[in-house]
Amino acid sequence: MAQQKKEIDDRFKRFGTVSFTAITKVNEFVGFLEKGVLAGTICKDCGIKFFPPRADCYKCLGSNMEWFPIQGIGRLVTYSRLQYAPSGFEKEVPYSIALLDYGDFKVFGRLSPDLREEEIQLGMEMRPKVVSTPDGQLTYVFEKA
Amino acid sequence: MGKVAIIGVGQSSFVRGYPGSIRELAFEGFKEALKDARITTAEIDASVICSAPEYDKQRSPSGVIAEYLGLTPQPTFYVETLCSSSSTGLRLAYSLVKSGLHKVVAVIGFQKMSEISSQESQERMGRGADIQWESPFGTMMPAYYAMYARAHMERYGTTLEDLALIRVKSSVYGQMNEKAVYRKPVTLEMFEDPQNPMSGPVASPLRVGDCCANADGSSCVIVANEEMAKSLCEKPVWILGIGAASAPVNLAGRDLFTGLSVAQRAAEVAYKMAGVGPKDIDVAEVHDCFTIAELMAYENLGFAKPGEGKELIRGRETYKEGSIPVNVDGGLLSKGHPIGATGGSQIRTIVLQLRGEAGPMQVKDPEIGLVHNIGGVGLYGNVTILGR
Repeated sequence: MAQQKKEIDDRFKRFGTVSFTAITKVNEFVGFLEKGVLAGTICKDCGIKFFPPRADCYKCLGSNMEWFPIQGIGRLVTYSRLQYAPSGFEKEVPYSIALLDYGDFKVFGRLSPDLREEEIQLGMEMRPKVVSTPDGQLTYVFEKA
Repeated sequence: MGKVAIIGVGQSSFVRGYPGSIRELAFEGFKEALKDARITTAEIDASVICSAPEYDKQRSPSGVIAEYLGLTPQPTFYVETLCSSSSTGLRLAYSLVKSGLHKVVAVIGFQKMSEISSQESQERMGRGADIQWESPFGTMMPAYYAMYARAHMERYGTTLEDLALIRVKSSVYGQMNEKAVYRKPVTLEMFEDPQNPMSGPVASPLRVGDCCANADGSSCVIVANEEMAKSLCEKPVWILGIGAASAPVNLAGRDLFTGLSVAQRAAEVAYKMAGVGPKDIDVAEVHDCFTIAELMAYENLGFAKPGEGKELIRGRETYKEGSIPVNVDGGLLSKGHPIGATGGSQIRTIVLQLRGEAGPMQVKDPEIGLVHNIGGVGLYGNVTILGR
């Protein structure tokens, strides 16, 4: 009897310029990116907000998570503009990696390539925007709020 | 339970393009340590092999290296915490000896980085961070440390020149160190000259001269219990304190961006265990994979208050003649940074200093030395305090 092949949810391979992970319990992260939403998870039992999103809560050991959208303004903690890139990212140089602080959590990502260097200041207000790469990968960048 | 000593140290020259395989590379550091300790392989009960994986093809390198060094049938195993692998190896050897399970343990660190290109190496190191949530953005080690540098400069007014001064100091001692990969002088003018490769941008604000180079190399530290140390060794160096810590891998999980919490915590543990404080340290080796890393180490180890690390380098206090000599062997910036071998090389330098055998790099009569060895971007922290 022919076995029915189980469908594998490997959507996570679509995240970022080069994804090093295909399968994770938080694959819905990519489902949200497809809808233009950057999302984290919140533990329904103890209320901790997680970004990056997690499937499991290390505090209460529950796995009772729900998604929440990352909305509003975060502040730029720090960044670096790369003039040299690891293999797989050469075509994108220069680009800037950065960290935003939302108070309850922080978000690691990239600065929008449209930002001029003189516009960037630590502490500035920014918000994430979901974008796709020329190769059809999904990611997000931080824009001036 | 007795004390634990280091009775032998060795390292290969750190080079670009070592003309041999990993087992042959490991042999170089091991041979020097064995000769230094004046023992034979029969006196070694166990070996701990340390490196970061994926630079060479060998899986589970402990087996082949133990065999090549003549350390079978004694137990051997593999330890890795990225750039601090051999300090973690020392921690393990300390525990093995302290527990009484073994009497003499060899900690062998190695890395042959030249088997892959520089860009591949950046990709491998980048994957020492969070591959699920950070690496897809194209991260690499210099850029992560650059983020710390920018935060430190913004908060405390540290300047690019302060960072360059650290590289200038490093080159003074790199020129004296026969085992260093980079042995040329470096001046502030080189950082100011746009035509000079030292001033080239890598990841802002860090420039080429702010970054250590990849290298091939090996190191070995031989650890013994008190009884063996006293019977085998004229000048044992004692492990007085050994601290280790970890931090969230993703920067999003951290709160401090002007220093490394793992270094603060590991130092606190090591100082407490040794019963000493920062002022008691006569000579230190710190993990200067980037200039900013050395500056933050000054502060995280308590040699300077937060934000005041720049005053130490401006005042030349971390030179050999200063109040707290740091990296007077050239550090990673001049020696090169063969990941798994680095911690063992740092430990070797402090052991030679405490024995008064550091040659032109010798600090005047040091009694207590410190090794600060970091894995990843402040992911793993190791601080070891050694004494005569």
